[in-house]
Amino acid sequence: MEKFTQHTGIGVPLRRSDVDTDQIIPAVYLKRVTRTGFEDALFAAWRGDPAFVLNQPAYASGSVLVAGPDFGTGSSREHAVWALKDYGFRVVISARFADIFRGNSGKQGLLAAVCAQEDIEVIWKILETRPGTEVTVDLESRTVTCDDVVAAFQIDDYTRWRLTEGLDDIGLTLNHVDEITAFEATRAGWRPHTLPAKHLPPVHVEAARPTR
Amino acid sequence: MAGTLAEKVWDAHLVRRGADGAPDLLYIDLHLIHEVTSPQAFEGLRLAGRPVRRPDLTIATEDHNTPTLDIDRPIADLTSRTQIQTLRDNAAEFGIRLHSLGDADQGIVHVVGPQLGLTMPGLTVVCGDSHTSTHGAFGALAFGIGTSEVEHVLATQTLPLNPFKTMAVTVNGTLRPGTTAKDVILAVIAAIGTGGGQGYVLEYRGEAIRALSMEARMTICNMSIEAGARAGMIAPDQTTFDYLRGRPHAPEGADWDEALAYWRTLTSDDDAVFDAEVVLDAAELEPFVTWGTNPGQGLPLSANVPVPEQIADPGDRATAERAIAYMGLNPGTPLRAIAVDTVFIGSCTNGRIEDLRAVAEVIEGRHKADSLRVLVVPGSARVRLQAEAEGLDKIFLDFGAEWRNAGCSMCLGMNPDQLAPGERSASTSNRNFEGRQGKGGRTHLVSPLVAAATAVRGTLSSLADLTT
Repeated sequence: MEKFTQHTGIGVPLRRSDVDTDQIIPAVYLKRVTRTGFEDALFAAWRGDPAFVLNQPAYASGSVLVAGPDFGTGSSREHAVWALKDYGFRVVISARFADIFRGNSGKQGLLAAVCAQEDIEVIWKILETRPGTEVTVDLESRTVTCDDVVAAFQIDDYTRWRLTEGLDDIGLTLNHVDEITAFEATRAGWRPHTLPAKHLPPVHVEAARPTR
Repeated sequence: MAGTLAEKVWDAHLVRRGADGAPDLLYIDLHLIHEVTSPQAFEGLRLAGRPVRRPDLTIATEDHNTPTLDIDRPIADLTSRTQIQTLRDNAAEFGIRLHSLGDADQGIVHVVGPQLGLTMPGLTVVCGDSHTSTHGAFGALAFGIGTSEVEHVLATQTLPLNPFKTMAVTVNGTLRPGTTAKDVILAVIAAIGTGGGQGYVLEYRGEAIRALSMEARMTICNMSIEAGARAGMIAPDQTTFDYLRGRPHAPEGADWDEALAYWRTLTSDDDAVFDAEVVLDAAELEPFVTWGTNPGQGLPLSANVPVPEQIADPGDRATAERAIAYMGLNPGTPLRAIAVDTVFIGSCTNGRIEDLRAVAEVIEGRHKADSLRVLVVPGSARVRLQAEAEGLDKIFLDFGAEWRNAGCSMCLGMNPDQLAPGERSASTSNRNFEGRQGKGGRTHLVSPLVAAATAVRGTLSSLADLTT
């Protein structure tokens, strides 16, 4: 994972609350088996609207998304984070993130910064009054700077540390592989195993046909 | 120390307690996999040269992309076919059990786990799907994860996690006839909001919850995520044990006795402290439907589409205006006057045998309204076989409904079952987001009973409307 310490880029005001992951990337784009190349799918339904913020030239190359509360709700699809990153976003700012989205962001080096809604309102006004204004997000001091406004943001210490060091979670966990093995030795015999497979007898399933 | 159910299950899976702000490391008992959120995880393993640590705690099924017609023919959509084939290749390469299309144990991952008896009380269950919360109905700590976490579990059988807060959702009293688990959870989500459960595990308790069957409990826990909660739980009881006993993977003999003794300890202690509490009275609940574009925008069926001017909070007003415009509704319209084009019965929320029985009971001897189409999609191939053994398929076909093969189907627009732009559905699924059932589609979330009554009348209806 790429290290993250500070980022400066054009701020994009997204004046919507409850932006669910079906809006960030509709399900039809989830069929790909790669981890990159999702930029065209970001906000796919909304990008058909010429008035949508990313269709305005001043914001099109933005990299700091400033959104309403409850960003990233719904489906667990990490494709939402990949689509934001592939488009060029490095930071999303919101007053509240859905848990799974926030977790996914932290794994992929996308900073999910929690700011007070009143600060977001002020930043929105600046970004809308002067489209193309840059926003600086500093992970060290946990601040967002936009024009003359400096707002604090929250992020948990552990995610911040992992982002600043660019650390791979799996590698960190495998440092404790002996403890995992020791835990496994204590697991009760009733806990389920998927193998060897047990199931009801195999039965032929008839294919349904279109009814006309 | 007194503990909640969630805390007890958490503590029983601690591989390592986090220090200095680091998360706890939790052991994962059961990892469910499907084709959409796993390809990039397996690719990550390959790139790092890592094996799957515990294939014997992992199981895969095909559900999101699968067509529900012509399943004996190649999948027409090439990207879907590739994604399914990728799962098959990965399962073969890494030694993971897979139930493919056409197999009697194929189906929606959250229907398959419980019916095989793999889902049990006191487990940690994860899947790259937010509706993994379903399995909490057994008293398991079950939650959805992203693809990076899928890779992490495949490689280590653990997850680093920060402790959740706990919220007691108590539903007292008795549900009235025609009111179901789906109405309860839609009412809960409307009460606490789509973000109200963020950071919490919800524990559903109270007389009305205890009275529910396992399948109804699964409907409730399934939609915990729609209130923002990653997990929902119900303490196991005799209903749970009776459901599990004799299932293919349920413990047997001495293992069963040992498990049962442990499972009986899995309740929140009387003096356990929850971080938040919500109380509802089941007797006050009516059939609930959503009018907007998130699952929290729901009202009793007897209500009207909200009038935005009457909403005080400017943010809520703007959200309501947007939702009403997308849904093509007029403020103040009675919800009962809304005509739909499609009725969808299925999904991990309401695609189980009891759901199909409930629908069949309502529609038997009737014919659907001419103005709409009705899709009945069993949650798994076993559910389909069971329904056919009971003759339910005949009832659906006589009604004019389409009887399909198992899968996620119209719950999400990843397979051929989709709404056309502007088309309106009454759907027993879990999300009414913009475009969820197909670009431009409009979704009203309903219970199976409301779906059945709506299919008869053509407009959003309850059982009470059929008898008058």
